Amino acid sequence: MKLMNSRAAIFAVAGLAMTTSGAVAADTVKIGFVTTLTTPAAVIGKDMQDAANLAMAHIGGKMGGKKVDLIFEDDGFRPEGGKQKTDKLVKQDDVDFVTGFIWSHVLLASRKSVLDAGKFLISANAGPSPVAGKLCHKNFFSTSWQNDQTPMAMGEVLNQKGVKSLYIMAPNYAAGKNMVAGVKRTFKGKILGVDFTKWGKDAQLDFSAELAKAKASGAEGIWVFYPGKAGGAFIKQYQQAGLQGKIPLYTSFTVDAIALPKLQKANLSGVLGSENTQQWSPDMDNAANKKFVGDFKKKHGRYPSFYAAQAYDAIMLIKSAVDAVKGDTKNMDGMRAAMKSANYASVRGKYTYGNNHMPIQNFYLRKVVKDVDGNWTTKITKTVYTNHQDVYAKDCKM
Amino acid sequence: MDFSLFVVQLLNGLQLGILLFLLASGLTLTFGIMDFVNLAHGSFYMVGAFICATLTFATGSFIWGVLLAIPLVAVVGLATEWIVIRNLYPRDHLDHVLATFGLILVFDTLVQIVWGPAGIVVPLPAWLDGQVTLPGDIVFPTFRLMIICAGLLIAGGLYYLVNHTRLGMLIRAGASNRTMVGALGIDIKTLFSGVFALGAVLAGIAGMLISPITEASIGMGNEIIITAFVVIIIGGIGSMKGAFAAALLIGLIDTMGRSFLDDIFKIVMSSEAAETAAPAISAMLIYILMAVILAVRPQGLFPPKVR
Repeated sequence: MKLMNSRAAIFAVAGLAMTTSGAVAADTVKIGFVTTLTTPAAVIGKDMQDAANLAMAHIGGKMGGKKVDLIFEDDGFRPEGGKQKTDKLVKQDDVDFVTGFIWSHVLLASRKSVLDAGKFLISANAGPSPVAGKLCHKNFFSTSWQNDQTPMAMGEVLNQKGVKSLYIMAPNYAAGKNMVAGVKRTFKGKILGVDFTKWGKDAQLDFSAELAKAKASGAEGIWVFYPGKAGGAFIKQYQQAGLQGKIPLYTSFTVDAIALPKLQKANLSGVLGSENTQQWSPDMDNAANKKFVGDFKKKHGRYPSFYAAQAYDAIMLIKSAVDAVKGDTKNMDGMRAAMKSANYASVRGKYTYGNNHMPIQNFYLRKVVKDVDGNWTTKITKTVYTNHQDVYAKDCKM
Repeated sequence: MDFSLFVVQLLNGLQLGILLFLLASGLTLTFGIMDFVNLAHGSFYMVGAFICATLTFATGSFIWGVLLAIPLVAVVGLATEWIVIRNLYPRDHLDHVLATFGLILVFDTLVQIVWGPAGIVVPLPAWLDGQVTLPGDIVFPTFRLMIICAGLLIAGGLYYLVNHTRLGMLIRAGASNRTMVGALGIDIKTLFSGVFALGAVLAGIAGMLISPITEASIGMGNEIIITAFVVIIIGGIGSMKGAFAAALLIGLIDTMGRSFLDDIFKIVMSSEAAETAAPAISAMLIYILMAVILAVRPQGLFPPKVR
């Protein structure tokens, strides 16, 4: 009897604690946003932060009639840092959604903290193969892509161009491996060499040895995946090594709105005319994208990157879910169903979700051009894939 | 494996070694002579790169950018020594590590406040941005060749300074027996300030030279400073000759590992396995070398004569 009483007391206290935290959560919608705000990769995190804040301004800081509390956290470009901040968001801040995540290894380290706590996890960039396949989860959604898809589209483009042999370079981490697997899957020519280079806080940025190997290999093209500052560094060294005009460069996630202004400032004009694949481009002609790109440029004086576009979409996707349940964030099933329908105005245009909650969407070929003001940006030249689904969806039992 | 690729990779290794030497020489000077552990040495590398980048855009010329940035980095070095480092000499190594780790954070944040988080791509003049054809039909980037030449000149200058000038004599004396130099009436404080600023300038030059290849970015020094420490441990702490030999050795080993390890591995394993194993092992090579040196010759390859 005594035992029963103390147990009942514990339950009562626990119940009370739950209702109080519930009461606090009830009048605001809390969203945690994990990205990189220090280290040189902070330039990507900043772009996402600016876009998420712009989305907040566009929705008047409200979802489903409730005030939204958007909390940014810095992963420091480290998986353990990202996990720590995610734990803090889930346990201490008791957020309803965790989003952001530039890096695949950070997302893989952090996903369990969010999903085990029964919260929604929305990746605004990273798309490692496990989360699309075996580790897929009902509370996980992506507003980006699965890593393999964009390079797969590039492999397709290379086939169409009649490129017979390729030299491949990518950073040595989860996404790098996925990207290489992607381009290898669709490219039908010969692969003359693959280099994985050191990545992370002390990433390798001098590619002299690898470029010399690529040149000696006699490949008809070089394909690379170097996000963030490594991309700019690579393109410069590619030019300095005299490969431009000899071995064409094809990239995925390397030439973007983060790299282009810097390359333009240093007048590395070799990048003009180069092509890459992506699910979005600033010149896409739809109302949501025009508003997003226009207001972003007005406010920050630069083009948003695809990272920014996906972060903007993440906030809009969450809003569509919270709106659908009229702010009742306890209604997980309702919010999940709403997100699954992708019923919001994405800046990339309409897309749908597959069984693994990864987007089924178009991929485009983009060319680097000068815009009317002389700024370097990307422009869609053709559609490579229509409604493309990732290859790992079949491994997802959901 | 063809011969010209091998030569190009040798040159690439040499160029990396030269950059490492510029960093490590300053580190070995402050460590060897002042017995001061400076984790923030890499910050001068970063500050040099950023100042040079700004001046390159201001003057429109990379060469002017470098020439004007050198005295400014010296000023930053002197100021750091005056404000912070000077107070730390009597403390033990752990305090040095703590304080200079703090300095890293201060420098990184200051750079972020002044220049923003994005980093700066530094343009090269056209005559440096191309390639040169060396005998044997070897094509090599002009700028990397210039780094090798500039680095060898600086190394020669340092050799002359340390071995054939009065200042060099004091530096060597300081490395052997600090107390005795002070007792003989040498103004050890001024000597230390000078040596510290010299180290800062050498690191700054390394940063300036790398910035047109990669870019000026926050934390760039922290990435390379670990390797510089490996260099001075292998070379023998306090030894200029050791720093030079070890820097070239590490530059070559690292580059050769990245270049040929996967081909070597492919002889004994599948190409998939080689692709995975090679980058992991090549990233470890220099640490394996350090471990071997520490086991066989703990004082390093060329330790200073009297300690």
